[in-house]
Amino acid sequence: MEQNIALELKNITKTFGNVIANKNVSLKVRKGEILSILGENGSGKTTLMNMVSGIYYPDHGQMFIDGKECIIASPKDAFNYKIGMIHQHFKLVDVFSAAENIVLGLKDEKGFDMPNYIEKIKEITEKYGFELDLQKKIYEMSVSEKQTVEIVKVLFRGADILILDEPTAVLTPQETVKLFKVLKNMRDSGKAIIIITHKLHEVLTLSDYVTVLRKGEYAGTVKTSETNEAELTEMMVGKKISLNIHRSVPENTCDRLVVQKISCMNREGTKVLDDVSFTAKSGEILGIAGIAGSGQRELLEAIAGLGHLDEGKIIYNDPKSGKEENLRDKTPLQIRQMGVRLAFVPEDRLGMGLVGNMDIVDNMMLRSYKKGKSVFLQRKAPKSLAEEIIERLEVVTPSANTPVRRLSGGNVQKILVGREIASSPTVLMAAYPVRGLDINSSYTIYNLLNEQKEKGVAVIFVGEDLDVLLELCDRILVIGSGRVTGIVDGRSATKEEIGLLMTKSSEQHDEE
Amino acid sequence: MIATIIQRAVMQGTPLLFGSTGEILTEKSGNLNLGIPGIMYVGAISGVAGSFIYEQSVAVLNPFLAILIPLVCSILGSALMGLIYCFLTVSMRANQNVTGLALTTFGIGIGNFFGGSLIKLVDTDVPSISLSATSTIFKTELPFAHSLGSFGEIFFSYGFLVYVAIIVALISSHVLKKTRTGLHLRAVGESPETADAAGISVTKYKYISTCIGSAIAGLGGLYYVMDYANGVWSNNGFGDRGWLSIALVIFSVWRPSISILGSILFGFLYVIPTYIPNITVSTKILFEMLPYVVTILVLIITSIRDKKENQPPAALGLPYFREER
Amino acid sequence: MKKINNFLHQSLYVSPFHIAKRDNIVWWKAWIIRIIAVLIALLVCGTITIALTDINPVKMYFTMIDGVVGTPRLVWNMLQNTAILLCISLAVTPAFKMRFWNIGAEGQVLIGGLATAICMIFLGEKLPAPILITLMIISSIVLGAFWALVPAYFKTKFNSNETLFTLMMNYIAIQLVAYFTLEMSVPKGSGTPRVLEYGQLPVLFGQKYLINILIVAVITVIMHIYLKYSKQGYEISVVGESEKTARYIGINVKKVVLRTMAISGAICGIAGFLIVAGTDHSLKSDSAGGRGFTAIMVSWLAKFNPVFMVLTSLLIVFLEKGASKISEVYRLNSSFSDIITGIIIFFIIGAEFFINYKIKVNLKDKEERV
Repeated sequence: MEQNIALELKNITKTFGNVIANKNVSLKVRKGEILSILGENGSGKTTLMNMVSGIYYPDHGQMFIDGKECIIASPKDAFNYKIGMIHQHFKLVDVFSAAENIVLGLKDEKGFDMPNYIEKIKEITEKYGFELDLQKKIYEMSVSEKQTVEIVKVLFRGADILILDEPTAVLTPQETVKLFKVLKNMRDSGKAIIIITHKLHEVLTLSDYVTVLRKGEYAGTVKTSETNEAELTEMMVGKKISLNIHRSVPENTCDRLVVQKISCMNREGTKVLDDVSFTAKSGEILGIAGIAGSGQRELLEAIAGLGHLDEGKIIYNDPKSGKEENLRDKTPLQIRQMGVRLAFVPEDRLGMGLVGNMDIVDNMMLRSYKKGKSVFLQRKAPKSLAEEIIERLEVVTPSANTPVRRLSGGNVQKILVGREIASSPTVLMAAYPVRGLDINSSYTIYNLLNEQKEKGVAVIFVGEDLDVLLELCDRILVIGSGRVTGIVDGRSATKEEIGLLMTKSSEQHDEE
Repeated sequence: MIATIIQRAVMQGTPLLFGSTGEILTEKSGNLNLGIPGIMYVGAISGVAGSFIYEQSVAVLNPFLAILIPLVCSILGSALMGLIYCFLTVSMRANQNVTGLALTTFGIGIGNFFGGSLIKLVDTDVPSISLSATSTIFKTELPFAHSLGSFGEIFFSYGFLVYVAIIVALISSHVLKKTRTGLHLRAVGESPETADAAGISVTKYKYISTCIGSAIAGLGGLYYVMDYANGVWSNNGFGDRGWLSIALVIFSVWRPSISILGSILFGFLYVIPTYIPNITVSTKILFEMLPYVVTILVLIITSIRDKKENQPPAALGLPYFREER
Repeated sequence: MKKINNFLHQSLYVSPFHIAKRDNIVWWKAWIIRIIAVLIALLVCGTITIALTDINPVKMYFTMIDGVVGTPRLVWNMLQNTAILLCISLAVTPAFKMRFWNIGAEGQVLIGGLATAICMIFLGEKLPAPILITLMIISSIVLGAFWALVPAYFKTKFNSNETLFTLMMNYIAIQLVAYFTLEMSVPKGSGTPRVLEYGQLPVLFGQKYLINILIVAVITVIMHIYLKYSKQGYEISVVGESEKTARYIGINVKKVVLRTMAISGAICGIAGFLIVAGTDHSLKSDSAGGRGFTAIMVSWLAKFNPVFMVLTSLLIVFLEKGASKISEVYRLNSSFSDIITGIIIFFIIGAEFFINYKIKVNLKDKEERV
């Protein structure tokens, strides 16, 4: 057996219900080595690493640590095997200082000696070159500082195998450079490091080996020095699969929504949309492709009147009056009062688009309840709408008076999309509308979107599956780190082309 | 005279200090226990009952037992109330506000019912029971209380429970700020999911801190009867001191050390009208409003300044269930 | 060997049972659980009563019933008490549905009562009754709403903790009323509350409390319709369920919070008006009598449903009146009723757990995993 292999996985399989998250995945990482796990969203990277860190338990397969087979059934086990994982969502107490968070939950026999702990933490930060003010409170920190706290926390607990889930997703280019420097320092002092990522150039600059996952399956491992972007992209996206989604040729299109140079920042002060411009045309489906969290949500929310913009304009061309209206900084109510029929299927279905505890009829009313002068609700129209949607979209539900949270994901989505298109919109935005849906429900949604397109609606479809985007959309806008990295034709573009545009980061932009 | 005012203010403030220290420990775990007023009644009556039985059973009181018995009874009684609260809100996941208010109704009921029953047992003309012998022991002052003039009066002229209140507040402050237990407790109240992920048992911390907090608050009731009221229990005599304790928690922005000064200030506001010449009873009532007004001002100012350290624990009043993460 | 190891790990880390949220429960099952809880609670209370006294529990419960509905006067009394409690419970309900913890009902009621009393004293002689009563109602509504709007304003503007704020507002109201009572007592400063002669609500059909009961009945119906069938009621539910959804569909959340708290405080004000003008004809700092707090439990126990609230407020009043009858007959302390009420509420609170959750044994899980 090969020496100094820190962690090895053999034929790991994990299913959730009928969904296969990981199928026969194998990988190994040696001490003093950085391994990247590369794959698109939903390819099973995080699930795999959650099994290593004890959050999930595999259905089949074996794990070896230092060559010995082991069972990791809980986060505590993982801790005992000196495995530490840094999740995408940080688990930190806001009002505590960095040092307090780092020592939180530790139980050692000796007393609670904060100065002594701080000394020890400092040893670690100096050893690997972290820049961290240990007295600083978490709520005063930037995302990158918070991430540093998480990494130091794991190291302080003595982890030898570090797993980082999308560590650069929230960082600026400069912060990324810094992070890579400490990761390399850690590698050089003998730690085994796994980073989950989908950014190609990071893989190429940082890691020693790359393991690629594709739709839950193992697509192979290559040595970084012996590969290139094109090969990795092909491994990641695979061969094109034909889905047979109907697509008609757009007719009589005109500019419906013109987005001009919009920019905005999030609460932490990072730019999430940077100079974004595009046009959505009536009678066509505009796809938006990009790695999750590249600004898709902010873009749609800005158009829908839910987010604040720092710069730019959102021009809506009214088909009836032919007037131009600027939607920037308008509330959803104002937008509706201006006569703009904008439908929005948000990513967070039960948290935003629908009210889980209300029944289908009451959820139908969300958009329309204000209509009319009466102070009372009109439940007749929503009720017949609910019944119509249930029948037409084949929603499986005991009745129209069932709370929506008790329906399955596909049925919830049908209700939401059904309601949004019922208002005969002129613009329809849908964020990940088929996420978590089975094949049949997905096709129902595709058909609905196509139907709207043929009616002359400007459809904006944010998707993650490139095969779907390429078969459904007329044009595809690719977004990377809040910037438009390209707009391609849906009929002629290739997966590799889009894949490369997606992984083009702002860093490369800056270099151009 | 100033010395007397300070001395009276401290005595007025002591029940509030016990109450607020107990409630701070409880709230730091994320439990908003509105049952504190009831718990303080129970703490008082349990002590009274213990002491009553002891006084009735022996001819001459052993000073040590005369203190120990009511103390233990009081602590057990109020900790049991805390246990009921935890069982309902933590284990049974009931709404904290509803449970707390029900506990207050229940606790005040217990206090007045048993108080009333004891009063009936002794069969006196006045509707109160007097445990003057026990009270004398509780009220034993430190030496030098009177030989050092004003200095002695301000610092030494109290029964031991006053010092206990201050020491408990200081210890609580130390535990919260400087110890691992305190760090873990604060983490539970600020972000239970983070604490849980770090391997801290949220349930255990909530139970223990709430029960200890309740026991401490109950001592406030005991102090009131045994020391402040000279061992005389009368129904509803404790008044709204429980709610004042909760006000004091807000006033002291969840810090027991500030609570010590805050309790003296509240006590001061309470006694000061007595020393204003020609004051009417109705003006005195307006003075009693001041602690609440001041508390609301503190609440407003802290929320305007929005300094994270001065906010209520982030998960205060919210239940925590792991599977809903 | 691996399997055994595996099993050991699983059994160590998976506890023998876990608690899962129930998706839905048939309504009658939920009521059976609640009724069982009340029965067990009554059994416990009976046991406690026997332990403390030597009363035959069966006889005790008969005394209780007799004490509540024994004579027509008692029945009217009970209905009147239920009406007031119900009125305050209805008042806090819209706020709770919005997930705004208004525990300041006690103060809002008292302030409403204070407004009424001030009108009765200072305008009583000068104005004819219909105008006077109209003014009393308006002023109590305005003041009650104001008392609720103060914490609501700071909540929407600075996110001040509404539970603590409304709680503190209670005691300011209590002290204000105590001050007023003393100032207005006859003779001045004696503390005997002044009897308010002008502006008392009329006696209908010879029944002193009938008008109170009718007014509350109307409020109940209106509140039921408001919450269930009005657009504003719908907005309250959406804001309570998810602020994010509310913003998504263009609801002005701050406006809804302020409006709803104003309504909550206004109805509390009406309750204060009914207590002062319709029942007590005087005002004391304990005129609300803790009902501002009890109402919170009543509203919560009824799942914020105005129709169920009629039942829960009746239950609470029945318990209080019944228990105080017991203490009267058996010469117990009057606080006995608080203990009984407390215990029964604990049991009902506990019963909600079994309605909302089920306890699952983890056997199946283990088999799957090994």
